[in-house]
Amino acid sequence: MLQTDQYIINVGPQHPSTHGGLHIEAIMDGEVVKDLIVHLGYVHRSVEKIAESKTYQQFVPYAARLDYLATNLPVLGYCQAVEKLLDIEVPERAQYIRIIMAELSRIASHQIAISAGAIDLGATTGLMYGMRDRERIMDIFEMTGGQRLLSAYIRIGGVAQDIPEGFIPAVQSLVADVPAMVEEYNGLLTGNEILAARLKGVGILSAEEAIAYGVTGPNLRASGIAYDLRKADPYGIYDRFDFDIPTGSNGDSWDRWVVRIREIEESAKIIAQALQDMPEGEVKGKVPRLLKAEKDREVYHHIESSKGELGYYIVGDGSDKPYRLHIRAPSFINLMVLPSICREGTFQDIITNIATLDPILGESDR
Amino acid sequence: MNTIDLDKLGKELQEQYGEAVRVSSDSFANVLQVQPSHLVQLMKALREQYGFNHLANLTAVDYREEFQLVYHLSSIPDCKTLTVKTRVSRAAARVDSVFSVWPTADWQEREVYDLMGIEFNHHPNLIRVLLPDNFEGHPLRKDFRMGGEK
Amino acid sequence: MESLFINLSQAFTAWLMSLGLSAGWADALLLAVQWTCIVAIVTLNITILIWLERRVSSFFQERLGPNRVGPLGCFQTVADALKLLTKEDIVPSAADKLIFKTAPALFIIVAVMLYAVIPMGDGMQVVDLNVGLFYFISIGSLSTICLFMAGWGSNNKWSLMGALRAVAQMITYEIPLAFSLLGIVMITGSLRLSEIVEAQSGVWFIILQPVAFLVYFIAATAELNRGPFDMPEAEQELTGGAYTEYTGMRWALFFLAEYTNLVAVSALMSTVFLGGWQGPWLPSWIWIIIKTYLVMMVFFWVKWTFPRIRMDQLMSFSWKFLIPVSLGNILFTGAGIYFCKWMGWC
Repeated sequence: MLQTDQYIINVGPQHPSTHGGLHIEAIMDGEVVKDLIVHLGYVHRSVEKIAESKTYQQFVPYAARLDYLATNLPVLGYCQAVEKLLDIEVPERAQYIRIIMAELSRIASHQIAISAGAIDLGATTGLMYGMRDRERIMDIFEMTGGQRLLSAYIRIGGVAQDIPEGFIPAVQSLVADVPAMVEEYNGLLTGNEILAARLKGVGILSAEEAIAYGVTGPNLRASGIAYDLRKADPYGIYDRFDFDIPTGSNGDSWDRWVVRIREIEESAKIIAQALQDMPEGEVKGKVPRLLKAEKDREVYHHIESSKGELGYYIVGDGSDKPYRLHIRAPSFINLMVLPSICREGTFQDIITNIATLDPILGESDR
Repeated sequence: MNTIDLDKLGKELQEQYGEAVRVSSDSFANVLQVQPSHLVQLMKALREQYGFNHLANLTAVDYREEFQLVYHLSSIPDCKTLTVKTRVSRAAARVDSVFSVWPTADWQEREVYDLMGIEFNHHPNLIRVLLPDNFEGHPLRKDFRMGGEK
Repeated sequence: MESLFINLSQAFTAWLMSLGLSAGWADALLLAVQWTCIVAIVTLNITILIWLERRVSSFFQERLGPNRVGPLGCFQTVADALKLLTKEDIVPSAADKLIFKTAPALFIIVAVMLYAVIPMGDGMQVVDLNVGLFYFISIGSLSTICLFMAGWGSNNKWSLMGALRAVAQMITYEIPLAFSLLGIVMITGSLRLSEIVEAQSGVWFIILQPVAFLVYFIAATAELNRGPFDMPEAEQELTGGAYTEYTGMRWALFFLAEYTNLVAVSALMSTVFLGGWQGPWLPSWIWIIIKTYLVMMVFFWVKWTFPRIRMDQLMSFSWKFLIPVSLGNILFTGAGIYFCKWMGWC
């Protein structure tokens, strides 16, 4: 073999395919990646410190800005954690609305994962297909909360207000169209020979390694472990719905890709059931104007976000502000395996692996 | 969610560790309070004998005189959960790293070091993870002075 | 209509000679005019082509594309070109200035040179070289050097990586490209493009040489650095590859040259495989334009549908698949020719 010098190439923080301000220092030998160092913090806002100076209600919009592509999921997690901490009951109707919003967010997030993944692989048209379909979900969010991207519609104790007229037909038609959307993604992207060649056998993450590194969400399920907090530790009313957990077998980029597409279908199934069972009634429980947590009362609440296990650890101190709030960000933990799955791959595989790990930097840097 | 048999676990741990481990439970979680000296030993046992293969979360809370490190363990795929806590004094904010038990502690411990200023013994690469390397202070400490507060 | 341009040029030569110029000088002046026309047509054509590609790709992607500047947005490219002309010309301080500056100019010169041998209609050729096909392939491969100059001169890792990829890719795909054309040369017995066109008066070579056509199409896509083989550029990975450091008009020259190459290769493809300027009813030069545009639409279609392939897959695809296939095609063609002779069909 020809002996050549190794060189370092800095991917990001200004780079088209790093999904935000991610900085990767790649140690390369020609086109082969010898090692990878991940530098984080370009989107660090010290959200955990900000939380200590905000009341429990005031933090809700900050939670929405964690995972800005699946905005309802981090808000749901935060609100449920506070509700646990303060013993707040959530009315039935609000529970169902929350499920619908959360699953819509999950679909939107996976659509971004697939379409952004497609453009990272050079399939520009794939991007537009995913974005086009996500636009309908954004419209639904706009109906409920007035905001498209960063809606804080889910509130402590329920949701901000009842769903507007036209919401249910819009969601129903979206759910009805999901199989056609998935068909189209599969036709344009998944069924493509080149895409399969780019993804299969690339960035293999074994089940053991995934667990050891705390990888959760679709990335863990792609490695063959059917671990989904919606089933393993049902929060809210998830135990009432019938859905499957899609899993992969090899843990490569291909499996991560396919698991996400199949999760879109499962989410649509959940939404359809929730629409059917949703009762009439109140949408906001009895929430005192001033929320105060008892001193030293603490809670760790985890939900299945679109990226993995999203946890909130909140410690109260008798005041209306949390004494300490920690966010277990799945993107942060999932990124930890990036060096090990990229090693000895080619340069192009780094981009593939980032795309299929689907980190979101607003969440990982907090 | 599978619940663990706390009495049995408590009894077994008491036998092995004596006063170093205290078992309690609040309305949400089962908590083990452990002396820092026995932390890694206990964690290894929890992972290997009790099946807590997933270190879900690792963080720290500043209680002014002391820091409390909080480890949220769970098991994949049956999702048993357990909280382990240990306290270190502010003057000697140092604790053994659990990186050897769960590699996922790598960045989480770096984050605690970065934002809370607790050092971890035997950590492979204890440098700041979110803040720039030349940042002064640890912002999540309660005595950290934010801008404009002088 | 058919001989519009030929009559024009003859009238021009006659007019020059009536002014008292010798035949040689008149021919030389005519050549200069021809080249000016080619450059003008190429540039004008590309403004249309860029607009067309943007529009077509928008329709693939369910967008509208440029539609504000002029009717249907057709002046968008003009506006973009003006913008690029007025942009600041940045030369990185660490760049090898001479190489950095000459690369784009050379690239476009090489691209325009390709048009010398393409028959634009019946008898409409700047020079009818007896080694026309050979000339086309060898001039086409010169663009490798221009890309490498750009990558090396920029003194940037991304650019160098893009340039290295370009060199590896172009050298690799040159071989199946040339081999795929060999079958046609064997059948016609000539490298002269006008003769190749005439040989297709009965049957187009796409029917006689379908395998060669496919191999040539794939190899040409790689030679043109177009998707799915656009690794040297690879915006999503190499942030623009060899062009990373270029700004304003220098960058636009690369862009221009890429499209010039695209038109040239499409025109050659129509000439060699699709019967060239031959066709019923319409004048020959309209036929070649129609065929060229059809081939280019296929290039657009492919680019806007497929993901990008990986570098090692690209190399092994050529060495392990395209080259053996094109060699097999040569063998098959040779056997076929002997068989025909033996049967007395030709």
